[in-house]
Amino acid sequence: MGFMERFIGKVGSHWGVHPSDHKRPAADAPVRKMPMPARLYVPLLQHIGAAARPIVLVGQKVAKGQAIAEPQGMVSATIHAPTSGTVSAIGEIVAPHPSGLPMLAITIDADGEDRWIAPDAPGALPSCADPFALDPMEIGKRVAKAGVVGMGGAAFPSAVKLTGSLRAKISTLIVNGGECEPYLSCDDRLMRDRAADIVDGIRIALHATGAKEALVGIEDNKPEAIAAMQKAAAGIPAVTVRPVPARYPMGSEKQLILVLTGREVPAMGRPSDIGILVHNVGTLVAIRAAIRFGQPLISRLVTLNGGAMRAPGNLEVPIGALADAVIAFANGLKEEPARLLMGGPMMGMQLPDARVPIVKGTSGILALTAAEAAERQPEPCIRCGSCVKACPVGLLPLEMSRRIASADYDGAVDFGLKDCVACGCCAYICPARIPLVQYFNHAKGELSARERTKLRAEATKKLVVARAERIEREAREKAEAAARRKAERDAAKKAAAEAAAANPQPTTEEAES
Amino acid sequence: MSEIRQIYAGDLIASPHAHGGGSVGLTMRRVMFALTPATLFGLWLYGWPAINLFLITIASCLLFELLSQRLMGQRPTLGDGSALLTGWLLALTMPPWAPWWTGVVGGFIAIVVGKQVFGGLGQNLFNPAMVARVALLVSFPVVMTQWVAPQPLTAAASPSFVEGMRITLTSPAVPDAIASASLLGHAKTEMSRGIDLVHAFAAPTAPATSSVGMRTGSLGEGAALLLLAGGLYLLFAGVIGWQTPLAVLAGIALPAAIAHSVDPAHYLGVADHLLSGAAILGAFYIATDYVTSPNTAIGQLLFGLGVGLFTWIIRTWGGYPEGMAFAVLLMNALTPVIDRYVKPRILGRRRDGRELEPVQS
Repeated sequence: MGFMERFIGKVGSHWGVHPSDHKRPAADAPVRKMPMPARLYVPLLQHIGAAARPIVLVGQKVAKGQAIAEPQGMVSATIHAPTSGTVSAIGEIVAPHPSGLPMLAITIDADGEDRWIAPDAPGALPSCADPFALDPMEIGKRVAKAGVVGMGGAAFPSAVKLTGSLRAKISTLIVNGGECEPYLSCDDRLMRDRAADIVDGIRIALHATGAKEALVGIEDNKPEAIAAMQKAAAGIPAVTVRPVPARYPMGSEKQLILVLTGREVPAMGRPSDIGILVHNVGTLVAIRAAIRFGQPLISRLVTLNGGAMRAPGNLEVPIGALADAVIAFANGLKEEPARLLMGGPMMGMQLPDARVPIVKGTSGILALTAAEAAERQPEPCIRCGSCVKACPVGLLPLEMSRRIASADYDGAVDFGLKDCVACGCCAYICPARIPLVQYFNHAKGELSARERTKLRAEATKKLVVARAERIEREAREKAEAAARRKAERDAAKKAAAEAAAANPQPTTEEAES
Repeated sequence: MSEIRQIYAGDLIASPHAHGGGSVGLTMRRVMFALTPATLFGLWLYGWPAINLFLITIASCLLFELLSQRLMGQRPTLGDGSALLTGWLLALTMPPWAPWWTGVVGGFIAIVVGKQVFGGLGQNLFNPAMVARVALLVSFPVVMTQWVAPQPLTAAASPSFVEGMRITLTSPAVPDAIASASLLGHAKTEMSRGIDLVHAFAAPTAPATSSVGMRTGSLGEGAALLLLAGGLYLLFAGVIGWQTPLAVLAGIALPAAIAHSVDPAHYLGVADHLLSGAAILGAFYIATDYVTSPNTAIGQLLFGLGVGLFTWIIRTWGGYPEGMAFAVLLMNALTPVIDRYVKPRILGRRRDGRELEPVQS
């Protein structure tokens, strides 16, 4: 970065950081296709929302592309068999998550035939020669059936976004080719190799949402991708390819919208609040495959990179393949990695174990050396304000972390903790290496735990009050009943006494005495 | 791949898994690098007594830092360079021929009273070097205003190493021949005697006002232009922002320009203000202290303007000829207030924190 750019950066707004991207040579290597592993572990929760519900039984034979789990609830996604074979188990495996907690998955033993589901079989997705003749709602339905989710990492079910757009009256589709995470190049590769397919996907998405124009944002560190996309979009007036400066987190939805349109999404809102829909380039290719060819999302491009990886590059990998099998196919590791990550180094997560499956949102597997991970003991905060300058949202990370350190979570919320997107710019730039994101994650966890405790306490309180009321009511009713009985008895006695007085006859007692 | 399993039984760390490479030590070293030319010039200008004082002040700061951390049972952090830098900055604001014990007392006040009692690096409210400088000035006004005319190391009149040791250790009375007044001090004294500035600087006793550095004053005062060069390096290296230095200089220059143009006989001009005292040192190295200044751009502008304005006011109407240290301490005290009220705007929200309205295009 030149001196002048630094100076201009200081005068103007200066969110974000400029990590060295480490994208080449992995980005320049041609895509390799991973052969089908003997066994696939397909998790039921690969997306934001509720886990899918299995619709196959252990021992059942499945065909490639056959739905094996269906969505539950409003936000969820269908899961398909990535190859043909037999369901050998439905049970818990290690989740691709730092916790290493178990999660439910369907295990499929491949039969080696890799046989697609017959087009006329029940549940097979229809193909379509002219998607533009389809009703926009129908496109949303087919995308849902194909189990397409956002491929940029967040894995939000795409159909929910598409159908929501029709209601929200979207005017602009923003195509995210930013890929601002260092090391990752699967989107870059996709744009270089399949630009025409992406543009076709864009046109289908425009038709499905009713948006009038599409802006494709690509960071300017990917000149080949920009050239390929510009060539593919030439002659299509609705699609504009716009290079954007390489600056992390440019690929974050709200930042890309800000740079491409100059408009801001309300803090707690969604892009649709200002008439915008954002889709990742990979998602658009998946949408196209679903609509044109009836192919569900069962494989994806994954970047293998990092100093400890022997042959960095991009691989087409079936969903459910284990990370260690993928690494082994790509010639394995040069050395023991200091950190093994799923996703990019800025927001990706550390894997507890390499025996975790590739899921729909897995953009990369990184094996970083100790030098790359750059681990060091934190020092005290010197209030340098680097984090304040770097924060793309305009927060004060140093003030937030100071409050979190003394367990003042409400104080941290006052400084905007809930607006934090955990992009990691602050911790990346911090000269004292304070693990700021760790602080914020901790505080967010504490706050949600407190929220849950509060709800539980409220529910308990309600029960206690209800119980007290019930006991009181029962006592009152008992007392009332007793009083009533007593009154009745007294009345009866009185009546008897009156009757006796009116008709003086010796009582039984008197008679006995 | 079983080896991976074993590796990952260990610590799991939150993202990001990359780092920009900066460190506290690197930042401090950059500031020291920026200070080096001006410091070498100052040491050359005032010879061996100044070199002694410079080393004693820094050594005291390091020693008191080590001692404090020992007493508190903390891991010593001399390596981060913060104590060294504090001593360095303090030495630059002292009279160059001040006796050895001023450096030791200054080091004690800066590190123990100014920094460690607050909890160490990053916790102090006031700039430690300025706390020490003001405490010394108020406690030992005679010693702390004993200026000498420049005696370059290469000149015949410069004290030898042995003489320098004698001056530092025994602080004999400075001979009249080399005793001098700083520009600001001279202006203040003459004004208080009822002599206006035009006549004061025409007199033969007036100190040299060469802008290239042959000035009487503290160790770092003469090298204002070298300090400026170092400050610009810090600016371009991204160590400091432009807001604080520009605001400090503007805070001094604007009132000075107005007052001087109205009444040159009673108010010093812009160049005299900016090149004298600790104006440049203060603007680029002291007011920009991360720990004790606001951390938003607008906050830094306010802070800097305050420092500049108070400096000019104290220099012009106060009892002391120089006001930078007082002004910095005053604004240090206001920093938490500025930080409380000046916050950046959060994306998708208005300045007052309310959310932006959804808009359909």
